[in-house]
Amino acid sequence: MADSAAADVGRRHGSEASSPRRLSAPAAALVASAFVVATCGLVYELLASTIASYLLGDSVTQFSTVIGTYLFAMGIGSWCSRYVRRDPLRLFVRVELLIALVGGCSAAALFLLFPMVDHFRVALYTIVLAIGFFVGLEIPLLMRILRDGFDFREVVSTVLTFDYVGALAASLLFPLLLVPHLGMIRTGFLFGIANAAVALALILVVPRRRELRLEQAAAWAILAVLAVGMIAAERVQRWAETASYQDPILYAASTPFQRIVLTRSGDDLKLFLNGNLQFSSRDEYRYHEALVHPALGRVTAPREVLVLGGGDGLAVREILKHPGVEHVTLVDLDPAMTRLFSRSGILTRLNGNAFQDRRVRVINADGFRWAREAQGRYDAIVVDLPDPVDFSLGKLYTDSFYREVARLLAPGGMMSVQSTSPLVAPQAYWSVAATLESVGLNIRPYHAYVPSFGEWGFILAAHGAIPAAVRIPAGGRFLTAEGAERLFDFPPDMARRPAPVNRLDNQALVRLFSEEWGRYEG
Amino acid sequence: MKADPIRRAVIAGLGTAGAAALVGFGWQMLKPPPPATALRGADLERGHRLRQGGFPPPSVTEETAIVIAGGGIAGLAAGWTLAEAGFRNFRLLELEDRVGGNSRSGRNAVSAYPLGAHYLPIPNREAGAVRHLLRRAGALTGEAEGAPVYDPYQLCGDLQERLLWRGRWQEGLIPRTGLTARDQADFEAFHAAMEAFKARVGADGRPAFATPVAYSSRDADLLALDRIGFGDWLRAQGWGSPVLHAYLRYCTRDDYGCEPGQVSAWAGIHYFAGRRGWAAGADGDNVLTWPEGNDRLARFMAAAFPASIRSGRIVHRVARDGDSVLVDSFDAAAGRTVRTRAAAAILAMPHFVAERVAPGLVPRSTSLSYAPWLVANVTVDRLPGGRGAPLAWDNVSATGESLGYVVATHQSEARPAGTVLSWYMPLSREDPTAARRRLLETDEAAWRRLVLDDLLAMNPELDGAVREIELWRWGHAMVRPTPGTVWTEAPRIAAAEPPLYLAHSDLSGLSLFEEAHYHGTRAAEAAMTRLGHAHGTLL
Ligand SMILES: Cc1cc2nc3c(=O)[nH]c(=O)nc-3n(C[C@H](O)[C@H](O)[C@H](O)COP(=O)(O)OP(=O)(O)OC[C@H]3O[C@@H](n4cnc5c(N)ncnc54)[C@H](O)[C@@H]3O)c2cc1C
Repeated sequence: MADSAAADVGRRHGSEASSPRRLSAPAAALVASAFVVATCGLVYELLASTIASYLLGDSVTQFSTVIGTYLFAMGIGSWCSRYVRRDPLRLFVRVELLIALVGGCSAAALFLLFPMVDHFRVALYTIVLAIGFFVGLEIPLLMRILRDGFDFREVVSTVLTFDYVGALAASLLFPLLLVPHLGMIRTGFLFGIANAAVALALILVVPRRRELRLEQAAAWAILAVLAVGMIAAERVQRWAETASYQDPILYAASTPFQRIVLTRSGDDLKLFLNGNLQFSSRDEYRYHEALVHPALGRVTAPREVLVLGGGDGLAVREILKHPGVEHVTLVDLDPAMTRLFSRSGILTRLNGNAFQDRRVRVINADGFRWAREAQGRYDAIVVDLPDPVDFSLGKLYTDSFYREVARLLAPGGMMSVQSTSPLVAPQAYWSVAATLESVGLNIRPYHAYVPSFGEWGFILAAHGAIPAAVRIPAGGRFLTAEGAERLFDFPPDMARRPAPVNRLDNQALVRLFSEEWGRYEG
Repeated sequence: MKADPIRRAVIAGLGTAGAAALVGFGWQMLKPPPPATALRGADLERGHRLRQGGFPPPSVTEETAIVIAGGGIAGLAAGWTLAEAGFRNFRLLELEDRVGGNSRSGRNAVSAYPLGAHYLPIPNREAGAVRHLLRRAGALTGEAEGAPVYDPYQLCGDLQERLLWRGRWQEGLIPRTGLTARDQADFEAFHAAMEAFKARVGADGRPAFATPVAYSSRDADLLALDRIGFGDWLRAQGWGSPVLHAYLRYCTRDDYGCEPGQVSAWAGIHYFAGRRGWAAGADGDNVLTWPEGNDRLARFMAAAFPASIRSGRIVHRVARDGDSVLVDSFDAAAGRTVRTRAAAAILAMPHFVAERVAPGLVPRSTSLSYAPWLVANVTVDRLPGGRGAPLAWDNVSATGESLGYVVATHQSEARPAGTVLSWYMPLSREDPTAARRRLLETDEAAWRRLVLDDLLAMNPELDGAVREIELWRWGHAMVRPTPGTVWTEAPRIAAAEPPLYLAHSDLSGLSLFEEAHYHGTRAAEAAMTRLGHAHGTLL
């Protein structure tokens, strides 16, 4: 017959307890679970909302749609509870376990899924719907289980009180304790564990342990899974690159070439490619002025300029400050990058709408392949490529590549190359220098301080002698003609040291780079 | 309410079946379609036809000064040598529709890819003829500090090799972690012994182990190594490390398609001591490689004499007629036999074919045997990854039965989205005849499954990314350097009576580009000398 378990719990309570006010152990566990269920449910909902706003931006929309979906799903769950005829206790335990599993893993899952799936929102709302549905089922079930032993009035009031108190607890704990101290992924697992623990406690407390053997085994398994998740959260965090940005994500996209992530906190925009910081809008001017002006300012009349990389258009912005520049050709691998930086309002404000300038031509191609086939001569070449973190990027720092680039450099032309930190990775830095020299270029290494990068290195290269005199265009915030000379001074901790030439067949730079940065980052 | 139990069971059954069907259907929809497969190989029908005989008698006769029968590396090197010397009056007859032999390649929308030979080690000092070819082909670009400089785009780019060892990819092919003291000691002793052989110069002033083999020292103690098995020799040295043995097994299967116990000690050692790559600004152990493998060089040579090449011609009878040679070949397209009368003939076909088509003229071998290979070119939508070292040119698993795969697009400047993986497996465990039967009798589906299982065991992340598998069966892929082959049997069968010349890598007992090239060049020079055509020598 229906509600036999509920009757069981209730009757026992009724017969064993002298007063209906003193709760039996099973009933106490049930009421406690109302509290835990409420707390957990709200935590999952907050997690989903927070992660959604973090990953998708626009927190108002995310919070209101996630909460709306969640409450709606709870409604469906409550409504469906009417169809439960038999053994609500068993179902309650099962639902509790399901919530533990789905909710507990939800934060990790959302972070991991974000870069992997095309329709992240589908995943998000599916998870929210599932949790909402199960939580919605729970409260009515709980009331039914308890109603036989208590006055119905009492049941409603007790359960709902614990439910609301639980909600308050969650909403206070979440921002004050959980997110700052545990992080979102771990918070998820922790509450999953709480959920599962309550379910397990119920199983152990009600006098039906034998019947609930399966549930008990499941509970232990889920507890184990969640515990492993909790322990491995750090690692999950690393897999889920998105969880590792400090600031809220404004834009994220996976292109065939890389993962582009833009974050914003206040007025600070940061661009990450494959998780590596490319610029922070707070200090990028230092980097880009140092990258561009020492080279262009040494060419008598730079008319034709080539940029390899630099799809953010920030180097182009600086290049266009030089009067007389007639054409800028920018070769960047990723059309998504150059499109983003020619369309998005906040980004075009940052690069001064560089890509809309008539003089600028954007070519989306692999820099190496393009350089091998390209013809023509450029008065100035700015090489602004990502760091040599892997073999395919390392190719863009080899003697073979520089030979092609040198071929494109006019006799009186000047080229500059961004070349990692001479402080953190001195061998890597000087390997770039040695490689440029190995193809017959004269070089002058220099460096500048860019707070978000640290001490950063560049190298000037030319076919002939590199003049000392330099023109720095007006209106800069960092470089001046006098200051520019100081960049060439290398204190002993960054001084030149022997380093190998980077070739296609030895990729010495990639190894040095990862060794030195690895040591620095520990 | 009590429901009729039968009705309930039926409803439950139907519901379950429906749900299962739905799930199955959804899974089918989501699951990528299985890769397309093609099963190909050295033209079996024509090879078979050759064994059966029954060709029509010649209906036309053509005349030429030199006829080359076989257009693998040896035949092409012969033709190229003739063309370089300004000798134009020759024909090259090739059984297949394309020249190149074991060095042929395929191509699809993603990349060109090798069907067989895929690399050439940086040549040794003694390999002057190969160097000359490479200079002409643009792979050797100049000199520095008195040593040759190779084109960096044709030298295999870093990372060259990685090994899947205990669940993690590591650089290089020799395991580095988890070795016991025994393993380490044996590896060290082995390397030291190989270095000593590498450095050794024989009493005759020649390197102990040379490539081409012909330049090797004839010191008796060295040649004696060819009479014993590599396995026995290793045991005699007392090196029992299983890790060392697994590595050596990879090596002998890689170069010879044989188990270590099947090759002679001389051949086994040659793998390590016979390569002393000589180059400026590059690691001498590096190799030259191209997306299409050694077909790059085959095509380069063939391009020097396109008008002389006749493909689709099965040479089935070679006979002497006074001072000239008659070469009968069946023209597969025209369905007739053509007789080619020439003043000299170079048989650049495998020895087991040469002795069949020129009975009495070509010394019969009593012991040559050939290892069968399976090559699969697997087109994938994304690049293989894996924990540890990044994707290399050559990717090997320490536990797989295959030799792993090389990446066709490794040399490209840009990072491609998809690629073609050339997967290799010699059928070395059983004896060659049985293995050959298995190679030909196993059906396409079974081979495809084996290739996929092996590949996905190395790179599970490729699941669902495999677009196409082209299986290529090489029945007589490589001559096996069993004991006695290199220094007893090969020299015995290498020479025919002029104006007949033999040229094939079989004659070295080692199936290598340098050997094929050496024999082709040698035969062409000898034929020109006989015909009184002035020429220089590269040998
Ligand atoms: C899977 C595989 C991988 C290899 N990898 C490498 C490698 O990476 N590097 C390396 O150096 N070597 C490699 N080799 C060895 C390779 O065999 C040699 O490099 C070289 O290609 C051998 O050339 P060849 O001319 O001696 O012989 P083949 O390539 O055997 O050439 C013989 C030619 O004669 C033709 N022929 C046969 N019978 C007749 C007939 N009756 N009439 C007319 N023509 C006929 C054949 O069709 C063929 O074109 C590999 C071999 C295989 C099978």
